[in-house]
Amino acid sequence: MRELRLPRALAGFACGGLLALAGALMQVLLRNPLADPYVLGISGGAGVGAMFAILLGLSAAGLNFLAFAGALSAMLIVFGLAHGDGAWTQTRLLLTGVIVAAGCGALVALMLSIAPEHKLRGMLFWLMGDLSQAGTPWIALAVLVAALVASVPFARELNLLARGHDTAQSLGVDVRRLRYTVYAIASLVTAMAVTSAGSIGFVGLIVPHLVRLAIGNDQRLLLPASVLAGGALLTFADTLARTVVAPQQLPVGVLTALIGVPVFLFLLARHRQ
Amino acid sequence: MSALLETRDLTVSVGGHVVCRDLNLSLAAGERLAILGRNGAGKSTLLSVLAGLRSADVGEVRLGGETYAALGPRAAAKRRGWLAQRHSDAFASTVLETALTGRHPHLGRWDWESKRDTEIARGALQAVGLAELEERDVQTLSGGERQRLAIATLLTQAAPLYLLDEPLAHLDLNHQIAILDLFAGAAQDCHAGLVMVLHEPGLADRYCDRALLVHGDGRCELGACRELLTAERLGSLYGHPLKEVVSDGRRWFIPV
Repeated sequence: MRELRLPRALAGFACGGLLALAGALMQVLLRNPLADPYVLGISGGAGVGAMFAILLGLSAAGLNFLAFAGALSAMLIVFGLAHGDGAWTQTRLLLTGVIVAAGCGALVALMLSIAPEHKLRGMLFWLMGDLSQAGTPWIALAVLVAALVASVPFARELNLLARGHDTAQSLGVDVRRLRYTVYAIASLVTAMAVTSAGSIGFVGLIVPHLVRLAIGNDQRLLLPASVLAGGALLTFADTLARTVVAPQQLPVGVLTALIGVPVFLFLLARHRQ
Repeated sequence: MSALLETRDLTVSVGGHVVCRDLNLSLAAGERLAILGRNGAGKSTLLSVLAGLRSADVGEVRLGGETYAALGPRAAAKRRGWLAQRHSDAFASTVLETALTGRHPHLGRWDWESKRDTEIARGALQAVGLAELEERDVQTLSGGERQRLAIATLLTQAAPLYLLDEPLAHLDLNHQIAILDLFAGAAQDCHAGLVMVLHEPGLADRYCDRALLVHGDGRCELGACRELLTAERLGSLYGHPLKEVVSDGRRWFIPV
């Protein structure tokens, strides 16, 4: 129990929290409610690294290392290109991210197509998100706590950033510095989550919205609440993923979507009235 | 005491055309300045340079004797408020929450808005006639209501210098006059400085002491409204002949 279940539950909680936090930050950074942690190509970069590691037959540590390196490379490429001439607009950043993500997607598809049969299943599971490979949860938990502690002091400034670059600047926010900070935190958090559990979809996009529907859009509450809700959702989804068709395990990314979609649609429909 | 706003040899350009060259301007407490010019002449660009949101090509802008770089964004936000020309809301938020964002520069990193901040925001909403709507979602407001909310946020910020980019956009006639009266009152009673981009020279003449005519080719004319605003000069500014009409002692300029 302590050796098997608890670390996995904690890893699930940490990853869910990381993804939800990254999603909430990205949505403010890009001022786009449709943004998720993967929109800027970070998971794509991690995917390329991870697929390459599996192709080479590296150990779990090697896989994690290459996935993290891939995520960081994607982050630096997007940052470097979107940064270019100093005009760091949301659209430019978003487009650069989407293009880099598309390029990574192509590389992943290429590696999938040349991979030997017996490695395909592992590769697919990684891509869909899978906690069974997650090692010790403590690093991810520590990163989660550190990222939350680092971003909460900027929460009121994020409220203003959500209202627009110039508006925030005119109300006394150092927008340039804030954007760099948020971009760095969100990227590192995403890289950590993807490295430990593959690209689990949906949590980063939907959890911030669920929380927003419940408690409003004040980042001072939204960020910690998203962490809790994201962690809880992923832990729950992972428990189901292990038990529904036991002894076979499902990829948890599929379950998060299967749970999240109806809950979200229900809340959205109720909210409209 | 140094001027609320001061520019020294300011040269601003946008998209390859010069908006103003070597502009020297000084605005004291209680003074009101109108910026007039054709569409695309660069009025908004100039105003955002004055607000420290864009950098000038040459020269500098000072608030109370200090540059934006020396002040930093937070201290600058206590000295000047800026009204954007367009307001876009990507996320839902209530009217009161939006007005409360004006308190940001007055709060410490860990502070939450106090009761007093809420009172200030409510007072500002009252002043622009939005008191009834404080729980409404900003995304459901009409253009005119959204504009008045932006003005309420600016009043909540309570800076001594107002830089207004088309404060009358989307407003009906009654609200146009009410808003101009409101800012004129702030200038008179609280010695606020006022710089407004306007499209109606008659209102500029009525509500401002001085005007800055931005011709769009780098020429700028600065002077007292009474002398500067003539039918001939405004006609050449807008590229359409105008006629001056005086009614109840107020001058209006109508297209011929």
